[in-house]
Amino acid sequence: MFSKVTKEDIAVLKSIVGENEVIVGEAISPDYAHDELGGIEKMPEVLVRVTSTEQVSGIMKLAYSRSIPVTVRGSGTGLVGAAVAVEGGILLETTKMNKILKLDKDNSTITVQPGVLLMELAAFAEENDYLYPPDPGEKSATIGGNISTNAGGMRAVKYGVTRDYVRALTVVMPNGEILTLGGAVAKNSSGYSLKDLVIGSEGTLCIITEAVLKLVPLPKVSVSLLVPFPDMKSAIEAVPQIIRSKVVPTAVEYMSRDTIVFSESYLGKKFPDTKNDAYILLTFDGNTEQQVENDMSTVAELCLSIGAIDAYIVDTDERKKSVWSARGAFLEAIKASTTEMDECDVVVPVNKIDEFIKFTHELAKEQGVRIPSFGHAGDGNLHIYICRDELEQDKWEKTLASCFDAMYKRAEEMGGLVSGEHGIGYAKKEYMKKQYGETPILLMQGIKRVFDEKNILNPGKICF
Amino acid sequence: MNILVCVKQVPGSSNVEVDPVTGVLKRNGVQSKINPYDLYAIETALSLTEKYGGRVETITMGPPQAKAALIETVCMGAASGTVLSDRKFAGADVLATAYTLSQGIKKCGEFDLIICGKQTTDGDTAQVGAEVSEYLGIPNLSNVLSVEDIKDGKIFVTASLDDKIVSQSIKLPCLISVDGDINTPRLPSYKIKKALPEDTVKMLTFADFDDQNPDNYGLTGSATQVERIFPPEKNTEKQSIEGDSTAQAAALCELLRAKKII
Repeated sequence: MFSKVTKEDIAVLKSIVGENEVIVGEAISPDYAHDELGGIEKMPEVLVRVTSTEQVSGIMKLAYSRSIPVTVRGSGTGLVGAAVAVEGGILLETTKMNKILKLDKDNSTITVQPGVLLMELAAFAEENDYLYPPDPGEKSATIGGNISTNAGGMRAVKYGVTRDYVRALTVVMPNGEILTLGGAVAKNSSGYSLKDLVIGSEGTLCIITEAVLKLVPLPKVSVSLLVPFPDMKSAIEAVPQIIRSKVVPTAVEYMSRDTIVFSESYLGKKFPDTKNDAYILLTFDGNTEQQVENDMSTVAELCLSIGAIDAYIVDTDERKKSVWSARGAFLEAIKASTTEMDECDVVVPVNKIDEFIKFTHELAKEQGVRIPSFGHAGDGNLHIYICRDELEQDKWEKTLASCFDAMYKRAEEMGGLVSGEHGIGYAKKEYMKKQYGETPILLMQGIKRVFDEKNILNPGKICF
Repeated sequence: MNILVCVKQVPGSSNVEVDPVTGVLKRNGVQSKINPYDLYAIETALSLTEKYGGRVETITMGPPQAKAALIETVCMGAASGTVLSDRKFAGADVLATAYTLSQGIKKCGEFDLIICGKQTTDGDTAQVGAEVSEYLGIPNLSNVLSVEDIKDGKIFVTASLDDKIVSQSIKLPCLISVDGDINTPRLPSYKIKKALPEDTVKMLTFADFDDQNPDNYGLTGSATQVERIFPPEKNTEKQSIEGDSTAQAAALCELLRAKKII
């Protein structure tokens, strides 16, 4: 079993990171008891803010010798409770490890500490004429958090997800040993890919303290297209046809008028068009105007031929901001529209996405509950929100459970998976176990034991 | 209700370099766009015609490629556009630009209302609108925040006077310059773009104008001359303040005092 943090432990922690970076008991802000949505609250016994790999190593040596649980936390923007210290112990915050260490133009890589925010990394890359392609909606998430959940985002259709851009990781093992996994190399067939095991492991295997990430040259031209449809059915049915057209958009997002209106009210800013019930938002990028124009025209023509009302061109910084800032606020906007909500981050094969969304609409009617959704239509990853609104607690809990059961069951029937990009953490463990069955979970538990035989790193998450 | 909107084509990026020798903006290879402030003017005009009927036309002075900006206004919903383009117009300051526009506007027909954006992103003078109204002999109001109504030959607006907001009625025809961020401009339509008639945007030159004195246009017609253009000094100095929030606040205060900001 785990040990409680003692005064002596606090003294050791202070000797490692300094007096000011160790916060104990009631001095810890209640915000550290939860993330953005995970539905679980638990205060850590001590909050420690680290600034170096050596400090993390020192803390883990203490935690290992004393069997104190350690939960790593970045900005706390997660949605499944992964960064909540459910067993108490030490909450290790990485936001002060926020330095961009090196831009290697010869190898097109960038070396960062885990607390660098996604928006800082994206801006730095762009200033240097590079693109860091992963583009999750939550720009204030840390890159350490993004790697820990293998975050995807809007550009996954063309560029892939976080995993595809991680070349090497410096990690601290539960016993304090410092390792480098992977390398600043383009190819790697050197044994099991431990780096890839760590990506998406949500802080359960080791602690990421440095990452070497791949960059790509910044595309010179990028244009979005906002395509209005008379209803969600025709909008969603257009997506597989767009994919079949062999044009590869950078992003394909779908959104309903309801969601856009929530975001208008949340941001206090009008969206350029709300006359129609459903919209597909696409982006095309490339190095010549002609190429991007051709791609855009092909898709615009296709959409118009299958029932789109128009195709609006989003080509300047101001126009992109007016559309994409609303898209970036959807989660918070839906949250602000209801009393409580929970999320299903299911991923289904791209050609099943229309069927799945139609299913959620039927489910909403059947359960008498509001289920707005938006998401990455181009890669099959949906963000579906079950809103409590005025439901009594009992009824809410039952409805939520029925909705989740029904949605995960249907996704599984379609060949889908529990989480596309938010992770499993605490909130989605049971659904993953149910889908995967015994052997995959035993394999995961075995991997966890090999890395962390004392189970002190982020206990109670993913597969335990 | 016939409305004319004045627009300008500006560099698409705010990172336009200045030639260190000639002091001229290096526009070659830089994409252009409609001055973002003018988009609010276009949206205001289109919303008004949706409510009160009528049509929106647009006008610009610039090189022939400025036609692209006016095509874009048509894709947003304007009925047509006019480009005023002639080598004689080159090098115009705000006064000569306003005079050229006023000459061009007289050739475009009768308008109940002319709308300008507050300013441009490449000049930032915010003077052309007012000067156009002076040359046309019509009333003008700047920094308009909203159009409340149009009735009895008057337009009722609110406008910002920095420390207060005024409600005002102005007799039509008149010219208003609208503030930035007062609406969300609609997006250009691909559907309109692909069905665009050839003659949607017409070109007018010096030869089309009533005033045939070339000294009133371009560089010679300008009351001001640009001596030098230079980019502002870039300051990328960064300073991190460590410590807990109390110590950080105290250190920040000290720093701001030392720099005489507070």
